[in-house]
Amino acid sequence: MHEAITEEKWDIVIEPRSSLLSINWKEIWHYKDLLMLLVKRDFVAFYKQTILGPLWFFIQPLLTTAMYFLIFNKVANLTTDEVPPLLFYMAGVTCWNYFSETLTKTSDTFITNASIFGKVYFPRLVIPLSIVLSNLIRLAIQFSLFLLFWFYHLFVTGKISPHWELIWLFPFLIVLMAALGLGLGIIFSSLTTKYRDLRFLLTFGIQLLMFATPVVYPLSLASEKYKWLIAINPFTGIIETFRYIFLGKGDFNWIYLGYSCGTTVLILFAGIIIFNRVEKTFMDTV
Amino acid sequence: MSGNAIEIRNLSKMYRLGEVGTGTLSHDLKRWWYKTRGKEDPFLKLGQENKRDTAGGDYVWALKDVSFDVKQGEVLGIIGKNGAGKSTLLKLLSRVTAPTTGTLKAKGRIASLLEVGTGFHPELTGRENIFLNGAILGMTKEEIKRKFDEIVDFAGVERYIDTPVKRYSSGMYVRLAFGVAAHLESEILIVDEVLAVGDAEFQDKCLGKMHDISSKEGRTVLFVSHNLAAIDRLCSKALLINRGKVVMENTPKKVIEEYSLTNYIPGEIIFEDNRFLKFLSLKQEGNNLKIVCDYDAPTPLEIPCLGFVISDSMGNKIFGTNPNYQPPKTPIKESAKGRLQIEILYPKLLNGRYNLSIWFGDGKVDYVVMENVLSIEIINMINYVRETYATASGPVSPIVEWKYDYKD
Repeated sequence: MHEAITEEKWDIVIEPRSSLLSINWKEIWHYKDLLMLLVKRDFVAFYKQTILGPLWFFIQPLLTTAMYFLIFNKVANLTTDEVPPLLFYMAGVTCWNYFSETLTKTSDTFITNASIFGKVYFPRLVIPLSIVLSNLIRLAIQFSLFLLFWFYHLFVTGKISPHWELIWLFPFLIVLMAALGLGLGIIFSSLTTKYRDLRFLLTFGIQLLMFATPVVYPLSLASEKYKWLIAINPFTGIIETFRYIFLGKGDFNWIYLGYSCGTTVLILFAGIIIFNRVEKTFMDTV
Repeated sequence: MSGNAIEIRNLSKMYRLGEVGTGTLSHDLKRWWYKTRGKEDPFLKLGQENKRDTAGGDYVWALKDVSFDVKQGEVLGIIGKNGAGKSTLLKLLSRVTAPTTGTLKAKGRIASLLEVGTGFHPELTGRENIFLNGAILGMTKEEIKRKFDEIVDFAGVERYIDTPVKRYSSGMYVRLAFGVAAHLESEILIVDEVLAVGDAEFQDKCLGKMHDISSKEGRTVLFVSHNLAAIDRLCSKALLINRGKVVMENTPKKVIEEYSLTNYIPGEIIFEDNRFLKFLSLKQEGNNLKIVCDYDAPTPLEIPCLGFVISDSMGNKIFGTNPNYQPPKTPIKESAKGRLQIEILYPKLLNGRYNLSIWFGDGKVDYVVMENVLSIEIINMINYVRETYATASGPVSPIVEWKYDYKD
């Protein structure tokens, strides 16, 4: 009798809508093994049936760097702020790659996984999180390549003088890049479930955005009149801080970084809210 | 602990028909405008009952005010013709999509098997896929490790466990996938039509496993199938769904009876604008199969000739005849209007789904040809000691006499 009076305990309650920020972190934690397996799957499937295998992780940034060096340094004669040009571009490419890869891959979350999402429930956020993680490993590989060049210039040529006092900001920068890529990515992925237009916008938008970010040129190159246009991009503060720390040159100030940080948090929250709204019913519209 | 494992209250789901395009944006804007003013969603009122064949508005209720409970350890069968809302119900239960209104509560984890092998990656080996698939279905690594040998054993793929699944035969693939799902430790298991795959032996194994899951382990199973015989055998309770509503909730026997009787399977047709035929039905009456046909031709027919073929669900023809091949005992009269009844005494069909095709004419020319016009689910037409399915030994029951010549 006693049992009948007390309120019954339900483990799962499904209702049409839930509150804005209700993310069941406990549930995501329960699926941590899935997260790791998805990261592993991404990797294994990436170089199955390739000859060079994991080497591709190095080839892509190396060739990109070489190409930028040729075009922007040799042909266009853009300054690199007295930093060795190869190192300068590699810093830009490494950071930009991580951000843009995270963004493009997470923006496809719903569309590429529609067949799985249509059959099984698991916290949808696991997929974008797994993308952030697997890209983080790629970043680590590419960053080690950057370190190789960096050590060479640091100890052999002595052309750079890093700002060691700010090195503690480095992990924070990575978190910012990941959060910005993830936030924007899940916003796009949520919006593209119904309207595919944004997908087209994103593919060329991300190319254009690279030129609006000081990846192949230093921010100091921009004239005072138009500097704000570039600085309004939250990624600018991140990449300039990165260069300032490791290469010793760059337009670092706390306002830029604070601005980047604030926008990133805003974007991430917006992303989670939109994602949360869409994940429950996207199967009906995708 | 007993009591309800699942409680569903007034569950409804509305779908928008047609393509997503510019119209969707304007509807979305309108909906948003109503909501910000605190009004009700204007499109919820537009929803219509889900009738596929009639044209109507853009919004349709795939499910409307569905309420029922499932007790712990119960195996609930869900029956309904295609488009009745079964799959939508399962989708809501497995949280693939959210309901439009209503609530659904459950105790314990829900694992759904809407498809076999969800998330299998062809490049990964059987071993890797067991882990990945298990994780997708909600198991932790530890749980999978504990069940690993059992799964491999159930699927019978020991030798291939380190081979990419793209090299598997389709049978092995399905066995492995079902193996993972069957060993889930969730309290509630949702199964949709997975038994339609694999050979008869494996189907039996799956049914047996599902029976174990509920009776020995006390877990709750929801089972959707067109295989009425399997529902009858496995379930303790059944639901009949039609046009998004629960029509009946009773023992499987009663529900299956209702389902067949009320012809939710199109077992009969009234022709509204056919020049020759008015009505056609195919029914199981006891141990016999019966076809009834009302004809009304514009001119008298020399021989009102109805030929038929019964074929199985795969489209293989099993038998057929017409009054020209096998004339009736009393001579046929010229006629324009009447009823023709065909009683098929032999052969007897084993459990399964069968289709009827007809040819109607005057004995020389066929005026009406309708292939697979009606369909019937045969249940226990033969009183075998063990239930036998058409998938196991072919559709027709032989008449045999066993003669032993003992030599001991």
